Formats: sequence, structure tokens, C-alpha cells
Amino acid sequence: MTTAHALTATDLTVGYGDTTIISDLDLDLVAGAITVIVGPNACGKSTLLRSMSRLLPPRSGQVVLDGRSIHGMPAKELARTLGLLPQSPIAPEGITVADLVGRGRHPHQGMFTRWSRADDVAVAEALIATDTADLADRAVDELSGGQRQRVWIAMALAQDTDILLLDEPTTFLDVSHQVEVLDLLTDLNRRRGTTIVIVLHDLNLAVRYADHLVAMRDGEVYASGSPETILTPELIESVFGISAAVITDPTSGKPLMLPIGRHHMVDRGGPDAADGPAGHPASD
Amino acid sequence: MTRAATENARGVVVGRRPARVRLLWFGIAVAVVALLAFASVVIGSRDVSIADVVAAIGGSVDNTSEAAVAKRLPRTVLALVVGLALGLAGAVMQGVTRNPLADPGILGVNMGASLAIVVGIAWFGLSTATGYLWVATVGAGVAAVFVYAIGSLGRGGATPLKLALAGAATSAALASFVTAISLPRGDISGTVRSWLIGGVGGAGWTSIGQMAPFLAVGVLVSLLSARRLNSLALGDELATGLGERVAVTRAVAALGAVLLCGAATAIAGPIAFVGLVVPHACRLLVGVDHRWLLPFSGVVGAGLVVASDVLGRIVARPGEVDVGIITAILGAPVFIAIVRRRKVSSL
Ligand SMILES: Nc1ncnc2c1ncn2[C@@H]1O[C@H](COP(=O)(O)OP(=O)(O)O)[C@@H](O)[C@H]1O
Ligand SMILES: [Mg+2]
Repeated sequence: MTTAHALTATDLTVGYGDTTIISDLDLDLVAGAITVIVGPNACGKSTLLRSMSRLLPPRSGQVVLDGRSIHGMPAKELARTLGLLPQSPIAPEGITVADLVGRGRHPHQGMFTRWSRADDVAVAEALIATDTADLADRAVDELSGGQRQRVWIAMALAQDTDILLLDEPTTFLDVSHQVEVLDLLTDLNRRRGTTIVIVLHDLNLAVRYADHLVAMRDGEVYASGSPETILTPELIESVFGISAAVITDPTSGKPLMLPIGRHHMVDRGGPDAADGPAGHPASD
Repeated sequence: MTRAATENARGVVVGRRPARVRLLWFGIAVAVVALLAFASVVIGSRDVSIADVVAAIGGSVDNTSEAAVAKRLPRTVLALVVGLALGLAGAVMQGVTRNPLADPGILGVNMGASLAIVVGIAWFGLSTATGYLWVATVGAGVAAVFVYAIGSLGRGGATPLKLALAGAATSAALASFVTAISLPRGDISGTVRSWLIGGVGGAGWTSIGQMAPFLAVGVLVSLLSARRLNSLALGDELATGLGERVAVTRAVAALGAVLLCGAATAIAGPIAFVGLVVPHACRLLVGVDHRWLLPFSGVVGAGLVVASDVLGRIVARPGEVDVGIITAILGAPVFIAIVRRRKVSSL
């Protein structure tokens, strides 16, 4: 289960209709690591994940898994190696948690093969790992946002792939559930060696949980590498267009981004203060 | 993770309670349909005894009662298969379009079949059951492709709403073509009108036999699509992520539904609302898993059409009201209820 798979995009150009969203993008996923993609709204993060998982055909360039173009692979074979949890998945009205999670087993079943013991075990493990076993008989549309998100992740886990792409899995969750979801994914990565790619909005959580950080801007990879080396005030300024200070997070030892706005600054440094750490954040 | 914990969760997952409930409902549905079918053979302008029924099934037509039964047998069988086809086709279409309002009527498929048949009658001397079948299937298929193409235009592809709108508009246009063609033609308007209202009264074994292959293929293709429809229900992105080729799956499942609708419409005329109402009722009983929903919708659809036919014979004794009129009267309020409920819950 811990086979390292190599997923790379080379010279990738994709878009919708006449508009090109991503052009000539190169990305090498680090096998067995957690890669976090950050970038402003509409910079093409979801588009990148879609094209790396066969949802969008490339205009030019290709996405290669273990030496084969994913767009030429049999769909189910790819789905046994590479899973995707889209940004806003749809649950059919009235579906139960166990049924929904069970649908993650689709790529492991043939046209005539029946539900197997292996399917049962995979679903059970996914429910336990996401702490949703108690919800198994509940209808998904009755759950809270946090519970529902864990159920979706359970479905992705039941698919049992070595590579898992998740598009903003923490949106709509409160901070404790965000951390819970990211801890869960980290467990998965540490225990099974699953290669994980997560699109996140919260830069500080991104930095904390990423082994490898990818910063995107306007459909391009602006910078990538270990969070410690690439997260600088300059990067934040040019990717997100906001001045920020970067200090060391006392709890994790990783960099911590402190945005600098026009108000609530201790020493009236103004936007130019981005070059040096602007003292302490105003605590309230 | 401990083995015991895994086994516990396995217990949760494989606790077969839902499966048993579904099986129970399925058994009840089959029993009710069998009763309705029996009632359909017994009830009519002439009362018959059980002995007459048995004799008639054995092929005897020695007295008027037996003869009446011999006439009601194919009619009952036709009502059963037409209902099965429409109920199943409705469930498949709702799955293909992920649209709870999808129905062979709403998506224009029945009207496509109707227009093709009316054109055939008006200009090509169409009159045999086999001719009706092929023409209706082609018409249904063309309408389905046309509606899907229109619904896919623009941003976001074939969304449920765009499909429903495209279907409704196409249906309205085709219906007016049907009227425009048949109205001025005194020579054919009688044939067209009686066929358009829809009925199973004129059933004979030959036409049932001719529609059987269409139905068989349609049922097979539809049932084999069940698990794929389960994946489609999660949305195109997730379905693709699960290894589904969504376009191929849609096309194949839709073909199954088109064969079913085409065959049913060719023999019994456009019968409204069965394909819409039946899957909704079934979803309440057996849930959203298409492996259960599809066969269940077929059985309940058969029951609904037989029941409507029997009702049509009872209310207008000694005459009868056509089955298409009864299903419309029964179905329209349910349709309104569905739309209203969805407005409250999800719009
Ligand atoms: N299905 C689509 N059709 C057309 N344009 C789209 C579609 N999805 C996204 N876009 C456009 O592509 C750009 C990038 O979108 P997206 O990849 O979703 O950004 P992000 O996930 O980084 O917020 C946006 O300008 C968006 O409007
Ligand atoms: Mg996005």
C-alpha cells in the first residue's frame, strides 16, 4: 500500500472554452509527502487539481502517473491509485452515511462483482478513521457541516488510493474541525504513506501541515519548496498582494504569517512595514 | 486501529437492516401488483368466475365469460409491461440527469416518439406495430439527443435545470407540431387521436410480442447501469474521480431509457406521469441506491398502470376511460406536491 507513485505535470496548459487558465505549468508531486497548494481566489487551484485527476483534458502538455499519461489510462485503474475530493461535492438527497462512504469503493468493483468483504473492511476503517462510525445510519443531509466534511473524507479514504487530492477540505469548518481534518490527513500520510495534495485557504495552517508548499498566482506556480524556505514577506506580498510579517510559530517552530492591514498596528508602521517583522501583533 | 474496532464498524456497515426492509417492501410490491393483475382480469363490464379465468388462461374461449377473460389477459400483460417500462425509464432518466423532475414526458422523449409516429401515419402510411416501434424509438432517441445537446450549451455543461428547461421547451414545440400535422388531416385524425390519448385496451399478443425485444434490451441496459448511476449521483467531478466515464455512462443508460419509452409509447401512446411519480414514491420506500430503486420502480410502475386501467374500467362502466387519462389525473397532484416540497427544502 505504500508504493510510491510519481505524479507530474509537464508543460500543462488547461482552460475552459476559449479562456486559458493555466499555461505551461510544471509540477512534480513529492511522493509520500503532504503538498499544500495556496494562492488567491480564482488563480486556478481547483483547475489544477481537476486536470491532474482526468477531469479536464489538457490543451497541451500532460499529466503523467508512473510514466503513463493519465488521460490515456483506463478510468477505473486510475481511480484505484488517484482519488479526488472536489471543492463542493453533492450528496444525493436522503443518502445514508454508510451508503455514501460505500460508493467510494466503486473503482474496486467490476460490472458483475458483488460487494466483498474487502469493501466492508475498507468502509469500516474509513468510518473509524474519521470518527463517523456512529453516524453510519444517519442521512447525510441531516449532519452538521463538520460531520458532513468528515463523511466526505471517509468516502475518499474508502477509495483507498495511494494519492489523494483534496480541494479545500476545511472550508466551512470551525477552527477545531479544520485542525481535526488536517490531523486526520496527516495520520493517513504517516501511517499509510499516502501522497496527499490539499488546497487550503488558511496560510498558517498550510505552512504548518505542508511538507511541501506550492504557491500559485495567475495559473502559474510562483514558488514551491519547503514552507520554511519559501514563506517570506516578499512571497506573501507578490502572491496575495498583502503586506505581512513572518515570525516563528512558537507551537510548531514553523513560519507564521501575520497580515499587516491599515488598522490596529502597534507602531503605525503602515504598509511599508512588510520588510521587517512589525513587532508584536496587537492582542485583544 | 484494533481488529475489534474494525469488526464493530463492520457490524454497523453490514447490519443488514436496511436491506431487509427493502426486501420486505419489494415483496409487498410484487404481491400487490399480482393482486392488481388478477383484479384486472376479473373486473370488467362482465363479471367472470375464477373457473372462467383458469379456463381462459388454458386457452379456452368456449363461453362469453371465457372470451372476455381471453381479451383481458393481453390487456393486463400490456398494462404491466408498459408500466414497468415507464417506471424504470423514469428512474433511469432521473439518475442520468440528476434531476428529480426528469421524466420521459418532461424531457421531451415521449413527444419525440409521438411526433415521429404521427409523421409516419400522416405521410408514410405507417400502420404496423413493428413500424410504430422502430419509428417511435428513433423519434425518442433523436429527441433525447436534441434535448441533451441544447441543455449542454453554454457554461457548466448539461446541468439539471438547463436539461429540464430544454426538455420542456422541446416537448411543447413537438406537441404543437403533432397538433399542426394531425388537425387538418380528417383522414388520420381519428387514428392519431385514439393513439395519442394512450391506452392498453386494444392490446393483442402480437403487438406485445413485437415490443418484447425492445423492452428486454431496454430493461437489461437499464439494470446494468444501476451502479454507474449511483456514481453519477455524486456529481460529475466525483464520479469521474471514482473512475466513471460520465459521458459514456449517461449515453448508455439514456439509450436503455429511450428503448423503454419508445416501445411503451409506440404500443400504448404517450402515458404521462408514470415515469415521474413512481421513482419518487419508490425512493421514499427503498432509498436512493439505484440497484434497488430501478427494479422497484419497474414493479411499482407496472402496478400503477394496471391499477389505472382497472380504475378506468370501473368509473365509466360499462364504458371505459383510457389509462393515459387516469394516470394524468392521479399523477398531476403528485407532481405539484413534489415541486412544492422541493421548493421548500432545496431552492
Ligand atoms: N467550469 C468552469 N467553466 C469556466 N470557467 C471556469 C470554470 N471553473 C472555473 N473557471 C474559471 O477559472 C478560473 C480559475 O478557477 P479555479 O480553478 O476554480 O480557481 P481557484 O480554485 O484557485 O479559486 C476562474 O477565473 C474561474 O472563473
Ligand atoms: Mg477552488
